[in-house]
Order: sequence, then structure tokens, then C-alpha cells
Amino acid sequence: MNGISRGDINCIQKNIYNRYSNIRIEKIKGKIFIFLCIVATLLGVISLVTLLVYVFWDATAWLNLEFLTNPPSRFPERAGIYPMLVGSIFLIPMVALYSIPLGVGAAIYLEEYARDSLIKRIIEINIANLAGVPSIVYGLLGLGFFVAALGMIHGTLIVGSLTLALRVLPIVIVSSQEAIASVPISHRFASFALGVRKWHMIRTVVLPEAIPGIMTGTILALASAMGETAPLIMIGAATTIFTAPRGILSSFSALPLQIFAWSDFPHREFQHGVAPATIVVLLLILLAMNGLAIFIRLKFSRKEH
Amino acid sequence: MRRDRIDITVHRAEILKDTSIGGIFFFCALLSVLITFGIVIILLKDTAGFFKEVSIIEFFTHTRWSPTIKPVEFGVLPLISGTFIFTFVTSAIALPVGLLTAVFLSEYANERTHSVLKPALEILAGIPTVVYGYFALVYVTPFLRRIVPQISTFNVLSAGIVVAIMIIPTIASISEDAMRAVPKSLREAGLALGVSEFRVTITVVIPAALSGIVSSFILGISRVIGETMAVTIAAGNLSRIVNPFNISDALLNPIQTMTAAMVEIGLSDVSGHSVAYKSLFAVGFTLFIMTFSLNLISQYIKYKFREKYL
Repeated sequence: MNGISRGDINCIQKNIYNRYSNIRIEKIKGKIFIFLCIVATLLGVISLVTLLVYVFWDATAWLNLEFLTNPPSRFPERAGIYPMLVGSIFLIPMVALYSIPLGVGAAIYLEEYARDSLIKRIIEINIANLAGVPSIVYGLLGLGFFVAALGMIHGTLIVGSLTLALRVLPIVIVSSQEAIASVPISHRFASFALGVRKWHMIRTVVLPEAIPGIMTGTILALASAMGETAPLIMIGAATTIFTAPRGILSSFSALPLQIFAWSDFPHREFQHGVAPATIVVLLLILLAMNGLAIFIRLKFSRKEH
Repeated sequence: MRRDRIDITVHRAEILKDTSIGGIFFFCALLSVLITFGIVIILLKDTAGFFKEVSIIEFFTHTRWSPTIKPVEFGVLPLISGTFIFTFVTSAIALPVGLLTAVFLSEYANERTHSVLKPALEILAGIPTVVYGYFALVYVTPFLRRIVPQISTFNVLSAGIVVAIMIIPTIASISEDAMRAVPKSLREAGLALGVSEFRVTITVVIPAALSGIVSSFILGISRVIGETMAVTIAAGNLSRIVNPFNISDALLNPIQTMTAAMVEIGLSDVSGHSVAYKSLFAVGFTLFIMTFSLNLISQYIKYKFREKYL
């Protein structure tokens, strides 16, 4: 013990004391940190649930059959969403028709045909970037290409659905790619070993196994297209329309556009009645689509075992 | 002999069919690249037409944006200033919250909590932006008015709050993936040195996952810049140069972002070939350049600076 003075021992004791009190502080800091993390995680979810409760509460008095079958009106009690509901529902199969073949085709090329080359990398980086292009820019693309360059009539269903199809194409490609990539490579080899050609193998082995995944991703992409507003405004779709579209060349409007139009109507009945009711209808359609996607995923994921 | 020959021709037809189908798929993939070119060409064409009538100097230096009301003037600065302040407010909320969410999901949540929270967060991103705009205008602003009575009907703060809620899942899920990719051994090494759990998160996990986190931030910011409907509905349509240092004026009063200005023109005049119509494309091109380069930077950071672990 020689060489250690009383002062040294004091110093050591002080250090040990500090160390333990530091640990205590450290533990408190840790708890505060976890608490902050939990608060942050729940913040968005709880705010959204609160807002949704308000919307449903405001909507209940207005949701009835007449609301679904009436055209819009200046008078809240007579206002309905029939033309916009039809427009939104027409958009789904049309967007699907344009985006699914192209998207799945591109995904098949990238997963089954493309070698690890520069071209594949460029295409994939490009797709990731397209997914990040603001939707309003796709509206300008639709306006500049389909309307101004090809001479289609602005505000028609065909222009709207083509524009939205371009908007969701990157999402469809990426989710189809994931579904195709999840098919085990051994299944492909087994098929090739039987002497079939590539397309035959893709048609009989890869696609049947990948279709549930492709459908799940595509339905989610279509749901996001249903909620798009800005691109439709850009291609000249009306925010309110009084007759339902009759065909692909008719002018149309969609539910999000009507929500936009009604959200700053000065009457209280619109802001706190008609608009929330429209939102509830739109959200229920989106919920149904998401539910379908989840159902497909659950139903077919069991088969893998 | 005869049968052999038939076999060979069938084989050739098969090969031809196979290659041509491959070609069709290649075309589908190529189309995505063509879309990018299409966007650039279409935006450039009308932007060029716009700059024939309005000088590029006016566009980038004048401080007044009035495309339809006379005297017309096309200075994009007020719109950029509006976009900047809106992006700043939204990011100030969304980036920390998104990061803390990612920390919770990757470091603290057990599997069950995770399986509940992850889909719940994804719902946030699935709600249409027009609905968020409605929320901001009809519920959030009146709520804020109880706290800050002088707030305008249209203001940056409530639009920023709802858009922040909307992009939290984007930031959280990319950051979480990056943090999950940090090997357990690094955390254990830290813990073995007697470092407390939260300090390991701050000093080991977050720095190791920094490339992913930064790239999620940039992607989130790019989303906010391109956000359209919520700002159009809730933040107003008053183009002005915002002084970012006058905080209460910047937060509580209306602004106009680039996207909101485009909607305003789009609602009034989309078919004509007026200067206002062409200005849509000039603003759209500015917006496209901003978001596209941010997305590229985000991807570059993610891949270039990624720590690779075995």
C-alpha cells in the first residue's frame, strides 16, 4: 500500500461515488430516451386515429343511400357523390389495364432476362427515381404528352387513367420484382431440367408462384392511384361534375377532387358533413382494397410451407 | 430423317418465339426509362417556350408571382421561398420523430409490438394527401387557434404538422432497415465495455447506420417539396417572400409553394397556350430538378457510404 496517500484514497472514493451517481443519471437518461422513442412512434398513429374519429363522427349524419346516388349540389342536404364515385370506380380497372401488363413485363425482364449489366442498373436506378417524382409532375407529363402532343381531350377518363398508370408504374414494377425474386431458383432449375424454354418456364413456374405477390403489390399501387388528386387537376379533370362518365372519352371527376372542392366551401355543413362523408367513402374503398391485398397475401403465404 | 427436320424447325420457331417474348419484356422495362426522358422533354419543350416570352432573369430574380392577375409577373422566388419554409417546418417535425420511431422499432420493440406498429405506421402513408389537407384545414388549424389565437385560417404550421405525420413512415422504415443491418456484435461490444443501452444506440448504432438514415432524410425532404394537396388546401395561396427569421409570421400566415401555384394555374387554365400555361411547365421543371437531384443524392449516399458487414 506504500505510495498511496490519504488524498489518493479520497480521490478514488470520489471517483467511485461519481461513477455510481453517473450510472444512476445514465439510467434515467436511458429511460427518458426510450420514453421519447415510444412517444415519437405513437405520435403519428394517435394523431391519425383522433382525426379519423372526428371525420367519422362528422360523417355519420350524412352517410345514406341518397348521398351515394345524388349528384353534387350547392345545398348540403341534397349533395351527393354519385358522379365522382362512378369516376373513381371506373379509374381502377383502367389504370390496372395499362399498368399491370407493362409493370409485370418490366419486372420479368429485370428478374429473369437481364444480366447484371449497366443497362439493368440504369433501369433500376431510374425506376427508383421515378417512384420519387412528385405526382403533380406526372400530371404535367399527362397534360403535355396525352393532351398537347397526342391531341386527346383534356379532362377525359382515358387521359386521367393513362396519367395515373404512368404514376403507379414504378410501384407496380418494384413490387412485381420482389414477388418474382421470391420464387426459389431451384424451381426454375427443375423446370429447365425438363428441357423447356425460358418463356415456358416463366409461364408455368415463375408466374403462377409469383401472382399472389404481384396482385398484392398491384392492388396497393391501385389504391394509391385512387387517392391521387394533383395529377388529375393538371390534366384538367373537373373538381365537381354533375353527370357520371358514360365511357372512356367522357369528362370525369373523382372522389379526391370533390373532397378538395368541398374542403374549403364556406358552409359549415360542407366542411363538417358532406366533405367528411366523402372522405369516409373514399377511405372505405381504400380499406377494402387494402383488405383484399392482405387477404391474398395471407391466403397464399400459407401454401409455401 | 423427315421427322428430324421437322423437329429442328419447331425448335427454331420456339427459339424465335422465346427471343421475341424476351424482347417485348425488354421494351416494357425500357419504357420506364422512356418515361423519364418523356418527362424531361415535355417539361423542357414548354419551359423553352415560356422563356421565349419571359426572360430567364425575370423568372429567377423577380420577387412577385402573379401569373394571371395583371400586371402579370413571373418571379419564382416567392414560390421557392414558400416551398423552403414549408419544407423546413415539416422536416423539423418529421425527421426527429421519424428517426426516434426507427430507433424504437429496431432497438426496443419486441417482435409482437413490431408486428402491430409497422402496419399501423404504414396506414399513415396510405391516407390520400387531399384528406390530410382537409384534416389540417378543418381540425388542426382550429385546434392550434386555441393555443395561438392569431393564427390565420391558412397557415404553414398545420399543413406542416399533417404532412410530417404523412412522411414519418417513409423516414422510419428506411432508417429502421439501416439500423437493423448493423450487426449485433457491434452493439454487444459496446455493452461489454459497460456502456448503457441508449448510449450504444446513440454512439454505435446510429453512426453505423448513418448513410441509410441520411438517405431517408433526403428522400423525406424530397417528398415534402413535391407535396401538393395538403399545402394547397391548408397553407393558402398567397405567394410572398417569407422571412424565415420572423418565426411567427413564417409559421402562422399563408404562403404559396411551387406545387400550390401549379394547382392554382391548373384549375384556371390548362387547355390554352397562354404564358400562364407555359409557366406551369417552368415551375414544374424547377420542381422536377430539385426532387430528382435529391432522390439521386439519397441513393448515392445510401450505396456509396454504406458500411458493409459480413
